[in-house]
Amino acid sequence: MIELKNICFTRGNKKILDNINLKIDENKLIAITGPNGSGKSTICKIIMGIEMPDSGQVIFNGEDITNLSIDERARRKISFAFQQPVKFKGITVYDIIRLSAGKDINKKQACEILSNVGLCAKEYIDREINNSLSGGELKRIEIATIAVRDSKLTIFDEPEAGIDLWSFNNLIQIFEELQKTQKSSILIVTHQERILNIADNVILVKNGKIEKIAQKEEILDSISKQGNCCKLKRGDCNG
Amino acid sequence: MDKIDKELLKTIADVDVEEIKGAYNIRKNGQGIERKITENINIVTKKDVSGIDIIVKENTKFEFVHIPVIITESGLKDVVYNDFYIGKNANVIIVAGCGIHNDEHKDSEHNGIHRFFLEEGAKVKYIEKHYGEGAGDGKRILNPVTEVHLKKGASLNMESIQIKGVDSTIRTTNAVLEEDTNFVVTEKIMTHGKQFAKTNFDVKLNGENSSVKVTSRSVATEQSEQIFNSKVEGNAKCFGHVECDAIIKDNAKVTSTPEIVANNIDANLIHEAAIGKIAGEQLIKLMTLGLTEKQAEEEIINGFLK
Repeated sequence: MIELKNICFTRGNKKILDNINLKIDENKLIAITGPNGSGKSTICKIIMGIEMPDSGQVIFNGEDITNLSIDERARRKISFAFQQPVKFKGITVYDIIRLSAGKDINKKQACEILSNVGLCAKEYIDREINNSLSGGELKRIEIATIAVRDSKLTIFDEPEAGIDLWSFNNLIQIFEELQKTQKSSILIVTHQERILNIADNVILVKNGKIEKIAQKEEILDSISKQGNCCKLKRGDCNG
Repeated sequence: MDKIDKELLKTIADVDVEEIKGAYNIRKNGQGIERKITENINIVTKKDVSGIDIIVKENTKFEFVHIPVIITESGLKDVVYNDFYIGKNANVIIVAGCGIHNDEHKDSEHNGIHRFFLEEGAKVKYIEKHYGEGAGDGKRILNPVTEVHLKKGASLNMESIQIKGVDSTIRTTNAVLEEDTNFVVTEKIMTHGKQFAKTNFDVKLNGENSSVKVTSRSVATEQSEQIFNSKVEGNAKCFGHVECDAIIKDNAKVTSTPEIVANNIDANLIHEAAIGKIAGEQLIKLMTLGLTEKQAEEEIINGFLK
């Protein structure tokens, strides 16, 4: 499915990723965790093509996609949910869902997608994706843009950031549905124990290196021994 | 009317000529060519200057007035004076606009001077579209002037759109608001090539509880230049909000000069202006949905000007 080979990424004097090697198989739910600034999000951005590595290769379904643009990767069915959803002036919720679907879908279909992420569709469908929406609303719309895509690999960058309890409970359900209906692998950057609990494997990243890939019990144990440098959140949400 | 005329009319009026509802007056190359009046809306040709008076009876409800202008004669300079007299408590939609088709090398110009006199409690939605086309190197020039006089309780909602193909435009809007009035202006402009667009707004909030909201969204590309000047003067307890947003591309230039003047302690005036290129994160988001950079840019611009 996706493989990172010897990925290095330096900005300024800081080595953000130091020789990352990683392989994720089909239909797996993988969580990436680790301290803030350890390089978790950068790994995801390199897979999507938002950042380009200084060296190394990204292989997707046997194809070297290291030099492909973001949209070329998207058309190969890689999806990316942003930690901070992007705002627009003039583009409506319906517009973004239609663009995400990559085909003409009518408002009724778009409304169903919105209802699945817990938004009252009628109220939101024609609204602009701008500052008038709250952080939680923007996040749910962001998740709707991912759910409507037919993906083979979906990346969520800290999906729990800024969402409410309802969204968080449904998020777990959405991960499970994505896996079931799209046979999509899911890669989630997270600090949430509840998300780690449903992962097939957990990757622990520290100082730009993969410290461990293991079952969650093993990682939780490892984190608890590290003291405060990598705290897990046990609540339902953090926003 | 030939095919070009009909297509120009459809672009600026958004409907086929045969489907125009209500009263209308179609002007082509400096002459009125078709007119229809209704029981409540009269259109009278001016005697002293070129133009018409549009007189709407009081209490007229939800009727349309279309006054499109088309110019297909290269080298024509057309100046027209149209006055709108809207009776007490009338509520109408007025659609104006000008389409120029210029296939030659001489400049074609249309200057429409529109004056609105709204009596007490009258409400008007005014839509104005400007569009230019044609293969010639003759310029397509439009200089509309809009004058607005609102009496107690009246409101005017003006939507001004310059679609494309206009080489040079100076758009002037002056308004005087009496008490309990509301003036809303939404302006959308896109320029490309070496086009030039200048907007001048001058609004005087003279009456208590008068309010104005001006929203200008523009996109300047290639070598084009845009200038946005606005002056809102609060002379009573009033509210004014001017928002000017511009996206800039290539070697285009945009100047925004806000001026808000409060002559009364209860005047509440706000001006917001932002000029910048398309945000990188917006492009990235749309590219993660499979759009190329060019498609993403088009979607962002279309949404912005929608």
